[in-house]
Amino acid sequence: MAYIYESYDVVVVGAGHAGCEAALACARLSLNTLVLTISMDSIALMPCNPNIGGTSKGHLVREIDALGGEMGKNIDKTYIQSKMLNISKGPAVHSLRAQADKQEYSRTMRKVLENTNNLTLKQAEVVEILAEDHKVVGIKTYSGAIYPCKAVILCTGTYLKARCVYGDVSNYTGPNGLQAANYLTDSLKSLGIEMYRFKTGTPARIDKRSIDFSKMEEQFGDEDIVPFSFTNTAEDIKKEQVSCWLTYTNEETHRIINENIDRSPLYCGDIKGTGPRYCPSIEDKVVKFADKNRHQVFIEPEGNYTNEMYVGGMSSSLPEDVQYQMYRSVAGLENAKIIRNAYAIEYDCINPMQLKPTLEFKNVEGLFSGGQFNGSSGYEEAAAQGLMAGINASMKLLGKEQVVLDRSEAYIGVLIDDLVTKETREPYRMMTSRAEYRLILRQDNADLRLSKIGHRVGLIDNERYEKLMEKEVQMEEEIKRLENTLIGANAEVQALLEQYGSNILKTGTTLAELIRRPELTYEMLAPMDKDRVELPKSVIEQVNIYIKYEGYIQRQMRQVDQFKKMEGKLIPEDLDYTQVPSLRIEAKQKLNQIRPRSVGQASRISGVSPADISVLLVYLEHFKHSKNN
Amino acid sequence: MNTDTIAAIATAVSNAGISIIRISGNDAFSIIDKIYRVKSELEFLKQRQFLSNDADDQQDQYLTGRKKISECESHTIHYGYIVDKDAIIDEVMVLLMRGPRSYTKEDVVEVHCHGGIIVTKKILEVILKYGARIAEPGEFTKRAFLNGRIDLSQAEAVIDIINAKNEYALKNSVNQLKGNILEKVKEIRDNIIYDLAFIESALDDPEHISLDNFSEDLYLHVQNNLEVLDKLLKSAHNGRLLKEGIKTVILGKPNAGKSSLLNILVGSERAIVTDIAGTTRDTLEETIQLGNISLNIIDTAGIRKTDDYVEKIGVERAKSSALDADLIIYVVDASTELDENDNEIINLIQDRKSIVLLNKSDLTNVINSDYIKELTGKDVISVSAKENIGIDILEQWVSDMFFQGKLSFNDEVYITSIRQKKAIEDGIQSLIMVKQSIEDGMPEDFYSIDMMHAYEVLGSIVGEAVDEDLVNTIFREFCMGK
Repeated sequence: MAYIYESYDVVVVGAGHAGCEAALACARLSLNTLVLTISMDSIALMPCNPNIGGTSKGHLVREIDALGGEMGKNIDKTYIQSKMLNISKGPAVHSLRAQADKQEYSRTMRKVLENTNNLTLKQAEVVEILAEDHKVVGIKTYSGAIYPCKAVILCTGTYLKARCVYGDVSNYTGPNGLQAANYLTDSLKSLGIEMYRFKTGTPARIDKRSIDFSKMEEQFGDEDIVPFSFTNTAEDIKKEQVSCWLTYTNEETHRIINENIDRSPLYCGDIKGTGPRYCPSIEDKVVKFADKNRHQVFIEPEGNYTNEMYVGGMSSSLPEDVQYQMYRSVAGLENAKIIRNAYAIEYDCINPMQLKPTLEFKNVEGLFSGGQFNGSSGYEEAAAQGLMAGINASMKLLGKEQVVLDRSEAYIGVLIDDLVTKETREPYRMMTSRAEYRLILRQDNADLRLSKIGHRVGLIDNERYEKLMEKEVQMEEEIKRLENTLIGANAEVQALLEQYGSNILKTGTTLAELIRRPELTYEMLAPMDKDRVELPKSVIEQVNIYIKYEGYIQRQMRQVDQFKKMEGKLIPEDLDYTQVPSLRIEAKQKLNQIRPRSVGQASRISGVSPADISVLLVYLEHFKHSKNN
Repeated sequence: MNTDTIAAIATAVSNAGISIIRISGNDAFSIIDKIYRVKSELEFLKQRQFLSNDADDQQDQYLTGRKKISECESHTIHYGYIVDKDAIIDEVMVLLMRGPRSYTKEDVVEVHCHGGIIVTKKILEVILKYGARIAEPGEFTKRAFLNGRIDLSQAEAVIDIINAKNEYALKNSVNQLKGNILEKVKEIRDNIIYDLAFIESALDDPEHISLDNFSEDLYLHVQNNLEVLDKLLKSAHNGRLLKEGIKTVILGKPNAGKSSLLNILVGSERAIVTDIAGTTRDTLEETIQLGNISLNIIDTAGIRKTDDYVEKIGVERAKSSALDADLIIYVVDASTELDENDNEIINLIQDRKSIVLLNKSDLTNVINSDYIKELTGKDVISVSAKENIGIDILEQWVSDMFFQGKLSFNDEVYITSIRQKKAIEDGIQSLIMVKQSIEDGMPEDFYSIDMMHAYEVLGSIVGEAVDEDLVNTIFREFCMGK
């Protein structure tokens, strides 16, 4: 029997990485927020890899932190190994990755949620979105309880009609045998929402005591660690780190896979969902890259208080008996005891082109969504969307300006723009190559890029904001000082240059010019820089990068200026594209379907040509004039 | 609003008389400052030998104190020269119109030069070199509209212009490319995207894919690509990139000497020449420079009634290319009687711009010039393709016709050619930056931007957009992931 239970401002459906960020943002912005989860024991669960960050994903976490989200702080509290990837490459692709203690991560996040004002947690399955006139009015749970509310944020992850598969074994459950959500899909369809079916997979977990680590290479964490959160210093979070281990598959492994490939549900057609290309199962890798005679396998601890080890690089949906042989063929895993089998999981998600860049559904007002439900994959991608959906639902209810980050401001902007603009036919993963302005979207400057926005929204407090302002001033002054400090060709200077293998000076120069030399850094020049005052490490880092790569950064800034022009031309929401003369039919259909927010977004839609954009620009101008007259 | 500066040829490129090149935008005046000199300035610079190749800055320095053209009053006209550093391009009149009192409401400069395609095109190229970009079709009008210069009711007309012209450009820019050029550009793009995907996959998955020592390989790849692009650019200078010019079809019955004529014009053994009638079965195309005029010449299979299937296709093609040709050269074999094939050709050329070449005038003539002139009503020139006699007269005839405005062609091809040349130059620039970054020891993620840019601009030549190419190549070629 249906009955009214309690009213809320916002109901968040799901308490994974997206749901947690969405709920915390709303509650912290003083909205009365309810989080419904199928299991109170699976809050911020990491059902796959035991790490946070990595290339481009690390950028997302830093950005989440800069906007006032929780993920960075939570991993800083619960990491067991930390590493900066790509350190030999340019600063734009330096990426932070930390191994997490999974249970600690989940427990710590739950504690934060439980102790946040305005936030209520409850275990229940949502079966229906209640809407009137294409506007959300509440949700209904399996027990019939109705929660009237003004906004709903859907963060259902991989739980909708989930099915886990390996070999011919299949269970209609969510990850780790958790209960699936089997009713909500139908409610969404009846609201006119188009659904996709995606799949992903995870490798086996193996008992640490059964692994021969002597046959593997040890992978250490960094000695000098960098925290994810801008609120922490390295000293704050320093701790003893654990190791990961590297081993390889071999021709025997590949033989076992090839001989049993017809028993893989992926290859015999039992799995219909679309899988991601970037994290293929081991059987995919062996089939597609047949010329490679080995693949890397990373053995990663799942936490400090468990013997379970994650077998990175070997996700699979092969039958149990094949998995047994396959894992045991890998060096060091000859006697492996498998604790959990590898499996593939299929689930329902949406076509994200139905969303506005604010992550609100175009055809259901007040309905927002984030995370894997939007067709993405990965904890970090989920958290980023959850945060933005939470911010934008709050801004809407508070009557304030919503936040749409563009592609030149943040990886989060690239992520969401890609999702809502381009046809994504597989789970979407962030990659640095997707960010065309990545030289300025660095993980080291996420605070400078985004914390002002976080402050405007209300998630960054005044103290943190003022520190940021101070940092900006220090950077600016130091750069100016270095550009203007002349260095003469005296003996002391020449000696120092020779010491670092740098050409000696023929005439005087500035400190900035010397920093631009590839072999020199700000720190090295200390002896010849008599007026130098001591500055925080984070300021020095920015000064160094700015001066060293100025030419490239300036060029990228010019590209951004061009980009911003089109991005700034907003299109009225009620524009009827069928009335725009001379647009090609394909363009009309695509534009009517996607309803881009700006001319810039329109230009990124496949099937919309530069000529269509010219036509649109002229029409918009016409539209503007005729409205004024 | 758009603030970049655009330029285009405002008059039809074909005729003699005056051509106008129009520049509009913030930099219109500063660009004309760099390329416009009055006579006294030229002499002044010449005396001081400052017209050497890279004396750009010095020129400027030397000319400080003199009144720049941009400092002159709006709506005035000036007489002088367009120069590119030490090279004088043409004697011109320059009209200045300061915004908002101009067609686009922006700063506008018009350069009036002595028509002629080569000069007009060259002036446009110099303007582009100094910072303008070539205008999109209809863009001046679009700007005029967006800046509120023209009436709202004209908006739809503008849209139609944009659409019609773009459709034309889209359809033709690739068609106008010669086949082997298309292949070369595509090959370079494939090379670039492969290397780029490798770099990107390593940046995204550093634990699986290593870039150690890759920069040395890449340096060589870039070097190779640059060499090919340089060659392409040279052919672009010679007008060899596009099928540009007056579309000219050579007709004649089999073995009248069409291919020999073409070979003389082209200067190489292009078509297969034999004494057996019917050897040229396909339609061959070549752009040649006849005096100052570009001809895009199509050599056709000889027209005769035939049962040979392959040859029949050739003959049909010959007839259809004749139908949309700007000029038909009808080659008559003076040593044999006219036959039914000739009659068919004479019918075909009746209402078309054409000239008759009486070939094999070195042999015994069966047909004389007056007879054929009366029969066809066309000008007739006696030539010997074999002995290279009479070709100079043909050249003069074509040139006269052209400058009298009696011969013209579709000028869109020229616009396309300038665009594509610019694209190749941009591609070269980007690859040079890649080389520079490698030399400077910059990390890979810095030069990948320039590689992407080269990939993009070269894509505009072959009519391919970028979209998801990179990500798709990464996944297709390299094994990524956890």
